Amino acid sequence: MNVTVTVNGKAHTRDVEPRTLLVHFLREDLGLTGTHVGCDTSQCGACTVHLNGDAVKSCTVLAVQADGMEVTTIEGLGTAADLHPLQAGFWEKHGLQCGFCTPGMIMSAAELLRHDPDPSEATIRHHLEGNYCRCTGYHNIVLAVQHAAAAMREREAGQAADD
Amino acid sequence: MTDRTDKYMGQALKRKEDPRFITGAGQYTDDFVLPGMLHAAMVRSPYAHARITGIDKSSVEGMPGVVAVLTGEDVAAAGAGPIPVGWLLPDLKVPPHHAVAQGEVNHVGDIVAVVVAETRAQAEDAAGLLAVDYEALPSVALGSAALGEGSPQVHDDVPGNVAFRWEIGDETALNEAFNRAHKTVKVKLRNHRLVPNAIEPRASLAQFSPASGEYLLYTTSQNPHIHRLILAAFVLNIPEHKLRVISPDVGGGFGSKIFQYQEEVAVLLASRLLGKPVKWAARRSESFVSDMQGRDHESEAELAVDAEGRMLGLRVNTVANLGAYLTLFAPAVPTYLYGTLLNGVYKFPAVHAKVTGVVTNTVPVDAYRGAGRPEATYLIERTVDVMAHELGMDPAEFRRINFIQPDEFPYQTPVALVYDSGNYEPALDMALDMMKYPDLRAEQERRKGTNKILGIGVISYLEACGLAPSALVGQLGAQAGQWESSLVRVHPTGKVELYTGSHSHGQGHETAFPQIAADELQIPIEDIDLIHGDTGRMPYGWGTYGSRSAAVGGSALKMALQKITAKARKIAAHLLEASEEDVEHADGVFRVKGAPGQQKTFFDVALMAHLAHSLPDGMEPGLEATAFYDPKNFVYPFGTHVAVVEIDTDTGVVKLRNYGCVDDCGPLINPLIAEGQVHGGIAQGAGQALWEDAAYDEEGNFLAGTFMEYAVPRADDLPNFQTDHTVTPSPHNPLGVKGIGEAGTIASTAAVANAVMDALWHECRIAHLDMPYTSEKVWRAIREARQGAGMGQAADD
Ligand code: FES
Ligand code: FES
Repeated sequence: MNVTVTVNGKAHTRDVEPRTLLVHFLREDLGLTGTHVGCDTSQCGACTVHLNGDAVKSCTVLAVQADGMEVTTIEGLGTAADLHPLQAGFWEKHGLQCGFCTPGMIMSAAELLRHDPDPSEATIRHHLEGNYCRCTGYHNIVLAVQHAAAAMREREAGQAADD
Repeated sequence: MTDRTDKYMGQALKRKEDPRFITGAGQYTDDFVLPGMLHAAMVRSPYAHARITGIDKSSVEGMPGVVAVLTGEDVAAAGAGPIPVGWLLPDLKVPPHHAVAQGEVNHVGDIVAVVVAETRAQAEDAAGLLAVDYEALPSVALGSAALGEGSPQVHDDVPGNVAFRWEIGDETALNEAFNRAHKTVKVKLRNHRLVPNAIEPRASLAQFSPASGEYLLYTTSQNPHIHRLILAAFVLNIPEHKLRVISPDVGGGFGSKIFQYQEEVAVLLASRLLGKPVKWAARRSESFVSDMQGRDHESEAELAVDAEGRMLGLRVNTVANLGAYLTLFAPAVPTYLYGTLLNGVYKFPAVHAKVTGVVTNTVPVDAYRGAGRPEATYLIERTVDVMAHELGMDPAEFRRINFIQPDEFPYQTPVALVYDSGNYEPALDMALDMMKYPDLRAEQERRKGTNKILGIGVISYLEACGLAPSALVGQLGAQAGQWESSLVRVHPTGKVELYTGSHSHGQGHETAFPQIAADELQIPIEDIDLIHGDTGRMPYGWGTYGSRSAAVGGSALKMALQKITAKARKIAAHLLEASEEDVEHADGVFRVKGAPGQQKTFFDVALMAHLAHSLPDGMEPGLEATAFYDPKNFVYPFGTHVAVVEIDTDTGVVKLRNYGCVDDCGPLINPLIAEGQVHGGIAQGAGQALWEDAAYDEEGNFLAGTFMEYAVPRADDLPNFQTDHTVTPSPHNPLGVKGIGEAGTIASTAAVANAVMDALWHECRIAHLDMPYTSEKVWRAIREARQGAGMGQAADD
């Protein structure tokens, strides 16, 4: 089946088997290996991407369901030269160790901050309960998200003042 | 070259490796694609124990994309040997462990056949349809049950299912101690089984080149050289330089990626037989039944004290369930990594332990984060708390009066170890202060009888890491050396590559090792990179496990660096026409003392070392050094952890409310990384106490095969952690460092368990329950105890 998905701003058309999951489409067809697979029961969140702006577990979405839609993966969030505040926050606060859960964690946190620019610790913990990290114990992940939220609020405020 | 002013060691530097991980540019095994790559799927036994009476390959041959099916017979015909055990004990019984089962399967998940196809989906489709006939055999899952009269035999060549019997300590001395005892307690404890669950599932990608006879293996490994050695020398029977093992970015290991697994053999053989690269990547459900599992002890512990509450002796009897096969370190974990640690931090005149290693029809058990030491710590610290409660003593005070004192090091324990250094009381005091211990006890009193009771768990642990020395571990049965190597390569421009035999799978080596080097070489850390995880590039090394990287790998690095600076100083002196003694090395330059203008930078020296236009007489060109460090002793980190839990007596729900700890792992190379290791460790240990359980039914059917049934801690389940440290350097390695990678896990299971039991003791005098403390278990226990004591709510009944 032919699907056309816009990933990180670029449209890709591919012929896929109907059962192809979005995560495999991204990793295998497009070579975007930043999105990871950590489980087969939609629990770990390592595969989290944004689909038309919402965070989804790409292991529970078929590639054909994403036909005509916009996907953002970790590769599209920010680059090494221009990090997204969450990427910078995870780096600053040591919110990662092996880094395997990190792309999914960041994509999930990005959704939270879009809806709640100043989340409490409890809100962050609650929001991230679908993303497993086996390395960090979450302590620094919470700090990373708080750090990023503050940076983003500051940026917003700066922009508002500029306008 | 930028000027450097700060010392790097001890700085909480952000990690050099993180930019690739946070942008999705990490390269994990499953990210690699080789041209013409095929995919393998494993056909796994649904039975705990069965004879394979037939495999009908034609049932899947001809399915779309299917290229080959390999059975045990094919593997045997290809000449592959069984996977060896890496630690031998006297009279050890070792059942053969084949890459693909030969005639009999011994646990759910054992590999029956390998299906290779053009895509992963095709391979999995076919694997699901392969016709295999089994004849079910009687099976057994619990260690003590396997020892029982008339229990099913797991392997014909392991009579009575006993793989080994092992003991340590002086039994006569212990019996005498018990005869003198004022009070004794006896606790029966189960340290239940766990699944390590690194978030990256295991994966392997093999490529055989017929023209050169060389093999390449990308694999999720904590120790690529160990894999190369075993695969080349024991399984494939080829020279080890014909096999290059690359362990790229690895998504966590926690021990589970140390071992030689069946699947790596399978993909290597498949690649050789089919002439194409072959990849296998585990589904999480496969990880549950194929990654080595952890713990699984059933123990009896008896503790004796005198009238002052001084410990007199500890008697331990443990049945260690090893699972269906003996894997790499399996015999060492419940013996030398457990029995020798049973002295803990206390002045025990006598300790005696007996361990029976038992085979069962379960997934093999081997080292999981802490490996033996969490089991020892849990047993000691749980038993110590039971005694403190019996004596009516404060558990923290009971520990304090029994500590080994700082002037008693080096300290010889009755169970073989000589502790290098320690100072246990300051860590205890700091931890109690940090947590406002008296306030917690007061709050506990206030809450008594309410439906939200409080429990406080205080434990003082000690661990042994940086496994050593090679000659000693060799005497004890290790089939491996325990040294580490490092190569330092200075390029003509003064840029430096460090190569280490240890391996980073989250521990931040790419930052910590350059920190060590930047200080020794006095150059900016940006000029230094660490290379690891590739047997084609590094000198030999034994990898990362048992918190050995800093103490052993870091020490090897320090020694190699010292060789570099010694040579660089000679070159600088020569260029400056000064005597070596007159040359100072600081702030990135070599200077002649008292002649400020006279200096050469590290770059000048590196360039001249390579140009060789003007070197001291007889000196070899180049600036490169290798060192091998064999530790003189283990290192012994220690600390005190305090867990606070709140239990809802109406529902039995246990909430970990606060957690604080003070650890001592010697000088910290990077406090940010060390703290992160502690956090992660606490989470895993708390996970065991409260949620995680690799449960089997009696016959060996696995009941926890996905994240739906096996609960790992989530962000929502845990509090923020308070951490601090004391610093007691190790006297015998060049950095003074110990290890911190496992400390959190070693300590936290016991701390959280003690907190739960402390609440239940205070509330209703329950002395001991086994983990995990599920709501139902806790609720029932409280209910029964209250009823037993006449406190039951009659209206309920
Ligand atoms: S891989 Fe999608 S939730 Fe685990
Ligand atoms: S950093 Fe390893 S799983 Fe989160």
